[in-house]
Amino acid sequence: MSVLVYTEHREGVFSKTAFEAVSYGKALAEQLNTNLTALSIGNVEESELKKLGQYGADKVLTTSHEKLSDFVNQAYAAVIYEAAKQEDAEYIVLSNSFSGKGLAPRVATKLKAALADGVTELGKIEGGTFSVKKSVFSNKAFATDVLTSPIKVISVVPNSISIKESLTDVDVESFSPELPENAFSVLVKEVIRDTGKVSLPEASIIVSAGRGLKGPENWQMIEDLAEVLGAATACSKPVSDAGWRPHAEHVGQTGIAVSPDLYIAIGISGAIQHLAGVSSSKVIVVINKDPEAPFFKVADYGIVGDAFEIVPKLTEALKAFKS
Amino acid sequence: MKILVCISQVPDTTSKIRFIDDNKHFNTEGIQYIINPYDELALSRAVEIEGADITVINVGKADTEASLRKALAVGAAKAIRVDAEPRDAWFVAHQIAEYVKNNPFDLILCGKESIDYNGAQVPAMIAGLLDFPSVSICRKLDLEDGKALIEQEIEGGKEVLSADLPLVIGAAEGIAEVKIPNMRGIMSARSKPLETIEPIDVPQLSHIESYESPQPREAVTLIEANNLDELIAQLHNKSKVI
Ligand SMILES: Cc1cc2nc3c(=O)[nH]c(=O)nc-3n(C[C@H](O)[C@H](O)[C@H](O)COP(=O)(O)OP(=O)(O)OC[C@H]3O[C@@H](n4cnc5c(N)ncnc54)[C@H](O)[C@@H]3O)c2cc1C
Repeated sequence: MSVLVYTEHREGVFSKTAFEAVSYGKALAEQLNTNLTALSIGNVEESELKKLGQYGADKVLTTSHEKLSDFVNQAYAAVIYEAAKQEDAEYIVLSNSFSGKGLAPRVATKLKAALADGVTELGKIEGGTFSVKKSVFSNKAFATDVLTSPIKVISVVPNSISIKESLTDVDVESFSPELPENAFSVLVKEVIRDTGKVSLPEASIIVSAGRGLKGPENWQMIEDLAEVLGAATACSKPVSDAGWRPHAEHVGQTGIAVSPDLYIAIGISGAIQHLAGVSSSKVIVVINKDPEAPFFKVADYGIVGDAFEIVPKLTEALKAFKS
Repeated sequence: MKILVCISQVPDTTSKIRFIDDNKHFNTEGIQYIINPYDELALSRAVEIEGADITVINVGKADTEASLRKALAVGAAKAIRVDAEPRDAWFVAHQIAEYVKNNPFDLILCGKESIDYNGAQVPAMIAGLLDFPSVSICRKLDLEDGKALIEQEIEGGKEVLSADLPLVIGAAEGIAEVKIPNMRGIMSARSKPLETIEPIDVPQLSHIESYESPQPREAVTLIEANNLDELIAQLHNKSKVI
C-alpha cells in the first residue's frame, strides 16, 4: 500500500500546485504510516525532480517517453494508472487544475475508485473510508463526502493547502509503462501562453475589475496594480461577455472559481453569481463608489470611492511600500 | 454527424442554498431549476453544426422533462431521460456511457462542469468508461474532414488541438452564443420524441454525509480613500497577504 501523487510541471519546472499536492500526499502517508511516491510525466531534470523530496516524497517515478511530451489526458491517465498498480497505491492525489480536471475522473474510472474533487482540506481516514469536506453549489455550501471504495482519488484545489517542508531522502527511478496505442488521438498542435502573466487558478493575489471600469481602454491601471503585487488579473462576467477582457479572466459561478490569499475587487457590484466564485478567498478588498454595493457585505476591507482615483494611488503607495 | 448532448438541471444561480433533515439533504423548496449554463452552451454549439442529428440525454426524474423539452425547442431532434435520481457523477457517467455503447455517436458534448456540484467529472468519466479521447475546457470547436479542431484553456494560456472522433467535449464560454428557443421551435418540440429508459445498476463508491453553510465573514473594515497606507499596513501586518 502507498500514496501516489501526480505532480504537474510546466516546461520542466514544478509549479506551486505540485508542491501543494505532495504536501497533501505526505500528510495522508503519515496518517497511513506508509510511503509517498510522486509521479512526474514528461521531461524534467533530476535536480528539479529531487525538489519533490523537500516536501516528503520518498520516491519519484519519472517517465519521459517522447510521446508524452504534450499533455494528453487519456495517455497521462494510462501512465498514472500503471504507476498506481505498480506502487499498490490506495490513495492517488492530484491537483484540481485545468489539466487535473480532465485527468482525475479518467484515473478514477480506470481504477474503479471514488473521486473527491475540489478538496480544500485534509480529510479523515477511518479504517478503509476517507471523509473530507469540499465546496459545492459554487462555494455557497460545503459537503462532507465519504469515499468507501478500496482505492481513492483526491483532487486538491490549487492554493488551498499550505506547502509543508518535510525533507526526505528521495530516490528518483525511471518508469516506462506500456502506452496504449489509442491514447494519442488528441494531437496538441500549438500551445499559446500569455507570457509574463500569473495564471488565475494558481495566483495567490488577484486584481479583478468589473463594469465600473466603463471600458477596455481603462484596464491599464488594473494591469499596473497587478504588476506591483505580482497578481493575476480577473474580471466579472459582463466584462468578458462584452469582449473587454478574454473569457479566461471571467471568475464566478459560471466562470473560474478562485481562492487566492488576496482578492481585490474594483468596480464590481458583488452579484451572487460573482461572489460564488470568489468567496473562498482568504482576504477580500473591495473598491466601489457605491457604499451599498453588496460586495461590501463579504469584504474584509472596503474603500468607498472612485476607482479611477484610488487605483493609481494604491499602485503608487504599494510601489513605495515594496521599495 | 450524430451528436449527443448531456443536459443536467441545476438550481437557478440566484437560489439560496439551504439544507434540511439535519443538514443531510438539499432543501429544494422554492428552488427554480434551469438547464446548467454550460450544457446550454454545448447544445447551442451542437445546433450550429451543419447536418447534425442531435439527441439530448438527461439522468433524472420526471421533473427534468421541462428542461428536455426546452432542449428540443432549441433544436435537438430527440430526447432521452434515464429515469433515476442522478446520485453522483459516477452514476450519471455510467448511464450515459451505457447509452452510447448501444447507440453510437460521433460527438458527445457536455458542459465543462455543473454549477451545483461543480465536479467537472462527468465528461472525462464518460470518456474514461468508453475509452474515448476527451477535451475538458473547450472554448472553440470546429469540425473538419472528420476531425475536431479545438481551442482548450490551460493554465496561463490555451492550446490548439486536433482530435479524432468519437470524442467527448466539456463546453466552456466562447464555444457558442446561447440560443434561445423561438416560437417555431417551441411548437415543434411538443411532437418530438422524448423517450424514458431504465437505469443500469452502478455500485456506489461514495456518498455525501452532510452539508453545511459557510461561516459568515466578519464585518468589513472601511478604510478612507485618502488613507491607502493604512490598507497596506493592515494587509501586511494583520492579514499577512502582501
Ligand atoms: C446564470 C447567470 C450566471 C452568472 N454568472 C456570473 C459569474 O460567473 N460571474 C460574474 O461576475 N457574474 C455572473 N453573472 C452576472 C451577475 O449577475 C452580475 O450581472 C455581474 O456580476 C455584474 O458585474 P459587475 O459587478 O462588473 O457590474 P455591475 O453590477 O454593473 O456593477 C458595477 C459596479 O461598479 C461600481 N462602479 C461604477 N463606477 C465606479 C467607479 N468609478 N469606481 C468604483 N466603482 C464603480 C458600481 O457601483 C457597481 O457596484 C451571472 C448571471 C446569471 C444570470
